[in-house]
Amino acid sequence: MGEWINTIVQGIMVGGLYAMFAIGLALIFGVMKLVNIAHGDLIVLSAYVALIATQTLGLNPLVSLVLVVPIMFLVGYLIQRGLFNRTLGGDVLPPLLVSFGLSVIIQNGLLQLFSADNRRLQAGALEVASVRLSDAVTIGLLPLLQLALAVAVIGALQFLLYRTALGRSFRAVSDDPRIAQLMGLNNRHVFGLAMGLSLAIVALAGVLLAIRANFDPATGPTRLIFGFEAVIIGGLSSFWGTLAGGIILGIVQSVAASIDPGYQILAGHLAFLAVLAIRPTGLFRRES
Amino acid sequence: MSASATITRSSRSSQVGLIFIAVAAAALLSVPAWASNDAMRLLIDIFLYAALACLWNFLAGYAGLVSVGQQAYVGLGGYGLFALTTKAGLPPLLCVPLVGLVAAVASIPIAMLLFRLRGAYFAIGSWVVAEVFRLSAILITPLGGGSGMSLPARIAQSIGQAPHDRYVSVYLTTLGLLLAILIGIFLVLRSRTGLALTAIRDNELSARSSGIDVDRTKLIVYVVTAFGTAMIGALIFLQRLRISPDAGFSVNDWTALVIFMVVIGGVGSFEGPILGALVYFFLRETMSNLGPIYLIVLGAVAIGVMLIEPLGLWGYLRARFGMQFVPLQLRVVDRAASAAPKFEETRPTA
Repeated sequence: MGEWINTIVQGIMVGGLYAMFAIGLALIFGVMKLVNIAHGDLIVLSAYVALIATQTLGLNPLVSLVLVVPIMFLVGYLIQRGLFNRTLGGDVLPPLLVSFGLSVIIQNGLLQLFSADNRRLQAGALEVASVRLSDAVTIGLLPLLQLALAVAVIGALQFLLYRTALGRSFRAVSDDPRIAQLMGLNNRHVFGLAMGLSLAIVALAGVLLAIRANFDPATGPTRLIFGFEAVIIGGLSSFWGTLAGGIILGIVQSVAASIDPGYQILAGHLAFLAVLAIRPTGLFRRES
Repeated sequence: MSASATITRSSRSSQVGLIFIAVAAAALLSVPAWASNDAMRLLIDIFLYAALACLWNFLAGYAGLVSVGQQAYVGLGGYGLFALTTKAGLPPLLCVPLVGLVAAVASIPIAMLLFRLRGAYFAIGSWVVAEVFRLSAILITPLGGGSGMSLPARIAQSIGQAPHDRYVSVYLTTLGLLLAILIGIFLVLRSRTGLALTAIRDNELSARSSGIDVDRTKLIVYVVTAFGTAMIGALIFLQRLRISPDAGFSVNDWTALVIFMVVIGGVGSFEGPILGALVYFFLRETMSNLGPIYLIVLGAVAIGVMLIEPLGLWGYLRARFGMQFVPLQLRVVDRAASAAPKFEETRPTA
């Protein structure tokens, strides 16, 4: 019994990470109806940026976030203004194919620079520190930090969206880009900020993941898919729904892995397809 | 407009084009009589990729179903061939249409599930399905599990004792299948379904309000594409003689490269994907020793094409010279004046 509780608790913790993958995806979809296929590869890219920062400057991975988050914000702003803004408006094909091309470029660029070797960020004592709840249930400090950060990020994002001028401009360009422009917003700049914010969240998630698990240049697409599944399972209505979606995905994977490690990822995919079959609008979407 | 005006699909360039296609098909049919095994292997590769590109373009360029999960059907075709030949003892070439049928049947429930996702979400959903196939293949131990399996020599020899004979068999089958796929897509595009597809491509909402059953039309395209893609998959792995989950369901090999070919050649035109496949193989033969850089260059070229000329090379040629190789576009011709076409059905910029 205790073992099962432990499994589920671990799943909830990982779910926080998946939710952070998903929020970045959901944010840019909400603001500009763009689905970024390179999202997962950008998660992996941020892990490599952190790897360079820790190796050359000798920083702790968590401290390296001070550098990695702004760098990824800038990367996001620049690819939005340089690439994606040129494809928006109209057909779904151009943005999709451009982000697909970007995904292949990032993957193979990382492969060229860093080889296909497995990497991991070394975080010292934090990697093994844990909180003991009972004989069977112990929670690693790092997973707990992931979940706490996910909740904090969502809270901050909600505040930003509904209480600040920047959030108002996000919602305005999402509702009607033309009117927003008439009201004096520079849509291209707003889109750039949204992509920057999306990748700043991605950087946080990417570094946390890289402390917990091995990564190599080819692991991006799986991250994209996990984030996407969390978005659809949670429904597109709110970021809290997305968090719930991530947690459900985490629990399903964790339970399946405890039965047979070969089932872990497959079970997550099947759960996603089951939600699609039974409740395609997501589990937490308010019926209107 | 004068009463003598007629509507036609044919034009000078399409008449030349059809003659060229006939001559090219005849020339390609004669290849086994004189070509080396290596030359045949290259041509088989070109045919296989050209077919995949045409099928993907049929799906994405005409029905708007941008899939990044077509490797699901390539792998299904390959594994289907290996399963049916080794476990059921069927002759390999008979298995090719059989696995096509299996994939077509399997694609119906998949389509019903994936059609609940729109646009770009459909793309990622299709990728999830392909991953489900790949991860399931790892679990099937009779077919080699994660490490895959080889086709036993006796099965390979059943289509030709000597390597040369096998190349000839696979070459002719692949060429025949490519031509069948091209003719099939051509006929669909000229039928009522093709007209419906053009309407959906240009504006889905107004197509729907004109009484077109959009979902049914898209379902037909999805199933037909799965049928063709799985048959090509079977031939790919009949040629390679070895399959594994990572090779069979590779997103890079069977979808990324194919998408780049179609984008470079021209999305949404009949000729574009073939042109794209030829350009790709020209590049591959000249710079394939570059490793990962090669894919980076290809991705960058595809992005550049998408930003500068979204209709690709063929789109550029068509706009510049008004040429078409295959009689698909409807045009009005004023016979009395026997003038150049007054106006053409044009495609709005994607």
